[in-house]
Amino acid sequence: MTTKHEQPTVFELSSTGRAGFRFPQPDVPSAELDPALERSDLPMPELSELDVVRHFTLLSELNYAVDLGFYPLGSCTMKYNPKICERTARMPGFSQLHPAQPIETLQGALLLVYEMQDILQKVSGFTAGSLTPAAGAQGEFCGVKMIAAYHADRKNDRRKVMLIPDSAHGTNPASSVMSGFTVKPVPTDARGNIDLDGLRALCNEDLAGIMITNPNTLGLFDENIDQVTGLIHQAGGLVYGDGANMNALLGVVKPAELGFDVLHFNLHKTFATPHGGGGPGAGAVVCTDTLAPFLPGPLAAVLEPATEELPPLYGWKMPEKSIGRVGAFSGHFAVIVRAYTYCLMQGADGMRRIAEHAALNANYLMHALKNAYPLPYDRTCMHEFVLDAKWEDAPGVRALDVAKRLMDYKFHPPTNYFPLIVHEALMIEPTETESKQTLDAFIEAMLAIAREAHEQPELLHGAPFTTPFGRMDEVKAAKDLKLTA
Amino acid sequence: MFIPHSPAEREEMLASIGVKSIEDLFEAVPKAQRFPRLDLLPGLTEMETAAQLKEMAEANFSLEDASCFLGAGAYRHYIPAAIDNLISRGEFYTAYTPYQPEISQGTLQAIFEYQSLIARLTGMDVSNASHYDGATSCAEAGILAYHQYRGKRKRILVSAGLHPHYQAVMRTYLQDFDGMRIDVPETVSLDEINPRRLAEMTDDSTAMVVVQYPDFFGQVHDFTELAAAVHAKGALFCVCVNPIALGLLKTPGEMGADVVVGEGQPLGIPPAMGGPYLGLFATRKELARKMSGRIVGETVDNRGQKGYVLTLTAREQHIRREKATSNICSNQGLNALAAAIYLSLLGKEGLRSVARLCYDKAHYAAAKIGSIPGFKVLNSGTFFHEFVVVCPEPVVAFNEHLLHHSILGGYDLSSDWPSLGNAMLVAVTEMNSKEDIDNFCHVLAGDDHDHEA
Repeated sequence: MTTKHEQPTVFELSSTGRAGFRFPQPDVPSAELDPALERSDLPMPELSELDVVRHFTLLSELNYAVDLGFYPLGSCTMKYNPKICERTARMPGFSQLHPAQPIETLQGALLLVYEMQDILQKVSGFTAGSLTPAAGAQGEFCGVKMIAAYHADRKNDRRKVMLIPDSAHGTNPASSVMSGFTVKPVPTDARGNIDLDGLRALCNEDLAGIMITNPNTLGLFDENIDQVTGLIHQAGGLVYGDGANMNALLGVVKPAELGFDVLHFNLHKTFATPHGGGGPGAGAVVCTDTLAPFLPGPLAAVLEPATEELPPLYGWKMPEKSIGRVGAFSGHFAVIVRAYTYCLMQGADGMRRIAEHAALNANYLMHALKNAYPLPYDRTCMHEFVLDAKWEDAPGVRALDVAKRLMDYKFHPPTNYFPLIVHEALMIEPTETESKQTLDAFIEAMLAIAREAHEQPELLHGAPFTTPFGRMDEVKAAKDLKLTA
Repeated sequence: MFIPHSPAEREEMLASIGVKSIEDLFEAVPKAQRFPRLDLLPGLTEMETAAQLKEMAEANFSLEDASCFLGAGAYRHYIPAAIDNLISRGEFYTAYTPYQPEISQGTLQAIFEYQSLIARLTGMDVSNASHYDGATSCAEAGILAYHQYRGKRKRILVSAGLHPHYQAVMRTYLQDFDGMRIDVPETVSLDEINPRRLAEMTDDSTAMVVVQYPDFFGQVHDFTELAAAVHAKGALFCVCVNPIALGLLKTPGEMGADVVVGEGQPLGIPPAMGGPYLGLFATRKELARKMSGRIVGETVDNRGQKGYVLTLTAREQHIRREKATSNICSNQGLNALAAAIYLSLLGKEGLRSVARLCYDKAHYAAAKIGSIPGFKVLNSGTFFHEFVVVCPEPVVAFNEHLLHHSILGGYDLSSDWPSLGNAMLVAVTEMNSKEDIDNFCHVLAGDDHDHEA
């Protein structure tokens, strides 16, 4: 008999009359309330504080996390999240600020946002930026929407086509459609670059722009990037940069200098803020002077310059032709504090060291694995690479099986089945914070699994065996939809 | 610090790759632009960074040192100690999206419980795993309405009582998208914000009617008849809620809402100058497959254990790409966890108590302020958390004066709502003691001048 790991829900743990928290007795008289407006029933659980603490602690033990082990998830940049960033974000002078406080009472916080905008501009080579986007996908939506606003402002309503390479992340087409564009795919060539002939054929008067992830989702830096941005600009389009992979470029190259017009950042990838089990992260969007008037707002700005006696007065400003607000307030400030803390510690030299060691770790893994796993694009990678888990002599084994088996070796699986152009894709991003010892242990596990794939494929099909839970019935979940307890 | 490589290890790794130096790995980058100078300061140690951040934090006026009457979409509530302790566990906050359910049941079950708690709180059948904040939840509700009618109904009728920033975000997402229109009735007084007027304005081109409950001005209306009128025109009815109010008030579900959205920040999440917060999103079960965002469902594993997975992923951008219901590919995981812990800790009794305290204290404050000569409370019906006070002079002058007494006065409505005059939106929660409220009134009334130098 195996041990049962399933946990009761808070509703199953509930016991009538129990309470985990008590409020003080009212110090004002009770006010009248029309009984017709009162709710009839409040079906909340009844638990003690210990019930709650033990329940969620037990749940936490069922999770894998960066603090527990290696997380080589491609395109997710699961680097270590420094503890000091948690402490600074929780300082009451940051966490206990109301967004509508008078700006005179927020000068330290506004300065921080202003400086973070500046850091992102300096790293990327752009001259303007906004930290209001809540996440990468929203930063991307903003960037695309700014391109739409730019063309509309020039009364050019023909430009409705957004080009997206076939290796792109799924948010790219989704964001484009939300901004009113029609999407056309651009093929990838044999070296993993954007296919220039394919691109030329799509550059015409209908072109609004292109969305480029560089390095792309294969982990490859586009060798023709100058020509790509040149072709788009000649045709009157703009170039959007998906900054999901900025960890590879810090101090290596500034996207603005390659001809990009607008770029988003994921602070939770590149600048080490925690992923939180799926969020909250933070997006940011930076751009050229031409696009600056269209940025989402509000931005932190200097409202009154410094005088001899006084420092500058910081406040909020809405760009002149802004695409508008994308959130209730001005972005994920507590996440921005963490990213800012991280950036201060890195400084100019630290940024480049990040990208260099991210690439070193990725290439080290790639070289160690490429003889055991097919490597569809065999050239120096940046911060990540993609293997194709498809062997002629082990036809039944799929990327999913390799991924699941890795859990038995105590590793989180890589991203699989993405990018879509590699059929059995295993996308591996080690990040710079992993040591050679960890990488060597991972290599050993991957090589062992490649052997198992040939000799004992049933081990892979049935895996994982040593995790608290086995493979889930996902079909049942979608068919017998049960979304609440 | 965060990069572990020793020089010897680095050399060994470069040798095994077959390159001489780390720079050789970047040959694909155009040489002219490779390795630019970054105009940043040198990196700091942890001790130096901590000191600098502390100085910046202390340059702000923290609510911990204030008596706060600001609300308008962000509320100061007590956050029980257990919440931060639990969400600070590395197993939760350094985990990724639970795409591998075998080793992510902690996150998955917590979200499943969050969904269940939100559904019960709002009186709806299902909830998603959350959106970014209340404003984007409203926009996503509008997108749902667009898809529900396949773009054939182009109008979204939005109450003037919806938070002005939420209206703005709905416009950013939807205005002019395939001819969509966000229609907010022109309104000059609070009385004009009422369900009857919206019912009259709902027509056959309306895809959705969106109201706020309590509204931006704290007003509480029963929307049961409005919901019926909206349904009679074949449209969807969406209610944007403050979750604390639902500890006491009739649920949108009971009133006939199809979609419930709202700002979950009051559920144990610090105000943090506006974010990150928590976008609530719940629907009737018929609309479950039309919801955007992540959703967790119950299932079983191959060992017969009950477990949870991300489900209905076929709606999402990584599968559907340009045909996806939204581009969202995250949720506010850790904040949803905080909300689930908050609701579990407070439970039936605590949630009712906190709502009742907010209700009673707001009414005590309103009566007290209304009795100060020259001040008038505009709310005539039921209100929760907040109410509008017309002041004898511009709000900014009062707020400046209050600030000298370490009091953050209410939200100044004069720029968004000039028709209301010198109007201040005052918010009161369980954090405002009777003494705080009395002191606030005392300063507003100008009774403190005798004591000033």
